Amino acid sequence: MTRMSFAEAARTALAEEMRRDPLVWALGEDLAQGGIFGQYKGLAEEFGPDRIVSTPISESAIMGAGLGAALCGTRPVIEMRIADFTLCAMDELVSQIAKVRYMFGGQGRAALVVRMPQGMWRNSAAQHSQCLEAWLTHIPGLVVAAPGTPADAAGLLKAAIRSDDPVVLMEPKNLWTAEGEVPEAVEPVALGVARQVAQGDAATVVTWSACVPVVEQGARDSGVACDVFDLRSLWPWDEAAVIASARRTGRLLVVHEAVTVSGFGAEVVARVVEALGPGGLRAVERLGAPRAPVPFSPPLEDAMRMTPARVVQAIRRVASARH
Amino acid sequence: MVGSDDRSAQAAAPPGGGDPSRSPHRQGSASNETARRLAMLRDMARIRAFEHEAVAAMRSGQAPGVVHPSIGQEGVAVGVCANLRRADRITSTHRGHGHAIAKGADARAMMLELHGRAGGSCGGKGGSMHIADFAVGMLGANGVVGAGIPIACGAAQAIRLRRAVRSAEAAARLAGGQRNREPAGAEEDDAIVACFFGDGAVNRGPFLEGMNWAALYRLPVLFVCEDNGFAAFTRNSAVTAGGGPAVRAEACGVPAIAVDGEDALAVDAVAAELVARIRGGAGPQFLHARCYRWEGHTGTDAAAYRPAEEAAAARDRDCIRRLAAALATAGVAAEEIAAIEAEAAEEMASHRAAAMAAPWPDPGAAFSDVQDAGAPA
Ligand SMILES: Cc1ncc(C[n+]2csc(CCOP(=O)(O)OP(=O)(O)O)c2C)c(N)n1
Ligand SMILES: [Mg+2]
Repeated sequence: MTRMSFAEAARTALAEEMRRDPLVWALGEDLAQGGIFGQYKGLAEEFGPDRIVSTPISESAIMGAGLGAALCGTRPVIEMRIADFTLCAMDELVSQIAKVRYMFGGQGRAALVVRMPQGMWRNSAAQHSQCLEAWLTHIPGLVVAAPGTPADAAGLLKAAIRSDDPVVLMEPKNLWTAEGEVPEAVEPVALGVARQVAQGDAATVVTWSACVPVVEQGARDSGVACDVFDLRSLWPWDEAAVIASARRTGRLLVVHEAVTVSGFGAEVVARVVEALGPGGLRAVERLGAPRAPVPFSPPLEDAMRMTPARVVQAIRRVASARH
Repeated sequence: MVGSDDRSAQAAAPPGGGDPSRSPHRQGSASNETARRLAMLRDMARIRAFEHEAVAAMRSGQAPGVVHPSIGQEGVAVGVCANLRRADRITSTHRGHGHAIAKGADARAMMLELHGRAGGSCGGKGGSMHIADFAVGMLGANGVVGAGIPIACGAAQAIRLRRAVRSAEAAARLAGGQRNREPAGAEEDDAIVACFFGDGAVNRGPFLEGMNWAALYRLPVLFVCEDNGFAAFTRNSAVTAGGGPAVRAEACGVPAIAVDGEDALAVDAVAAELVARIRGGAGPQFLHARCYRWEGHTGTDAAAYRPAEEAAAARDRDCIRRLAAALATAGVAAEEIAAIEAEAAEEMASHRAAAMAAPWPDPGAAFSDVQDAGAPA
């Protein structure tokens, strides 16, 4: 194990994949300058301008060219800079990339990765802070992954690159500098398999992405012994692990940074209730953001932020609710 | 596909595509040149016959959904694709039957596709607007105006990257795992991409992004703007400011040339020059082909928004009759030309009959080929 930052782990994983497979390449804005979070640092020097392609500010072309390149036998890693800018390339992602294999009757696949760092980061305000994972889990054809640790940033990126499906990788902007233990030899993380962070019978707590360390700390601070899952993949997601735990604990809490309304937490809760039946849970709660844009000013942004304290209260509510 | 060299001729030969007897060398005797033009005429006649059947099928309700006919514009598709090889790729549009047939796609499978039948190009999952035939380098029609432009750019980038990394281990890797269907000779060094789009597409953002992109990276792409004067029900000049498609391309550094798209031989000659430049490493080129959409926007649009005389005048400029006249001047007998057209009509009528007789897809196919991880249960 080596201690390294999220960005360093991701950078190392991409470099290893590019050394392993000469048809893996990356395209996006400012990549030759290392990417805006340093997650491409030094790669242009090693792989040259034809494999680390610094592009114009042309999100449709970045996404669409990535697709064309995948259809012609290469494995592009498409960098969107941040998830909010994916909105400028939604047709290319949703109606082209996600559809080609199906629409063309399986003649070709879009074996590519779309990286889109998301969420709050340093008072970036309403157009640079969104968590839009639920938009994309809704789209047939896409795999969606959201790492919450440096090790998974590396392992999921490797899995995404080797997958024959188009994989959307939503890295948490707020965690690029966070450090964690990363294995010397990173193996791909199986898509659709959650990581159990903590064990306990009092409740089942499900989270992902930037909320992983927040929930870990909240669970510790609560003093309540819970099963805590970092989903890591949102489509497919580890329904079996979560349902089995919820069946045992009878109490379910889902925590995410995104707006609660129509967030992916709704899907998690719905599936668990379908599996356990309407009386299968004694307590259930979704903890997310209010349905408001992310504000700029630090105290306003803080009012929107997921915190360990909010998680502590929610865990205690869920663990103690009597029905 | 008429095919300008032997390689296309060696590839599998669906009707009209890559048939050695119909793929003579461009440089050659007068009789070779005539044979080449006859092959062009044949593909144009096949496209027209295909679309007559397709429109009739749509009007009668036999083909579900929508068909966008390119009748009157055949000279552009065929004039361009006559200069492509099997290994070259194309991207196409909602009005894409002609591009597909000209590139050598299997017309029978296409007809089955737009009838939604098993055995269609896409197993009935795409329909007229999503026909693709990767085996001949046809990377897909597209239901979204302008969407093929960035895809074509990326395809060209991949061709270049594969050339650069064509090492033992890359070849080994390509040979295994999930590999997309590809045309024969996909590894050819000087393969290019031809990108077809309409005049309406030049008002979309991906057009600007794609022109800049292709010029910036000097990509081997031939952009073909089929300027039929209309974007759906609107005269495109009424909604387009400035100097139009070619001026916009040139502003991004893509050299542009205009051609009479209703003169297939003129398209052929200009495309030959542009394709040669692209293969030679000159970067992207832009062909602005003026033409006219004889039919309505779809097979059931009466096009009441334009003067009847305008459409009648376009019919008088018929690209097929013009090519036939050139062939007659070169000594081809009228009977030979009539036979080519009759054969095309017969072929497409039989495809339509085959489509009507073909089975529907297994309903289970609705849930296949979505994705591997997290596929529908
Ligand atoms: C992005 C987008 N907007 C609108 C449409 C609806 N639409 C389909 S075809 C068409 C007209 C396209 O005109 P043009 O590009 O000139 O192609 P043509 O139909 O003349 O071949 C329109 C507006 C669409 N398919 N995609
Ligand atoms: Mg038009």
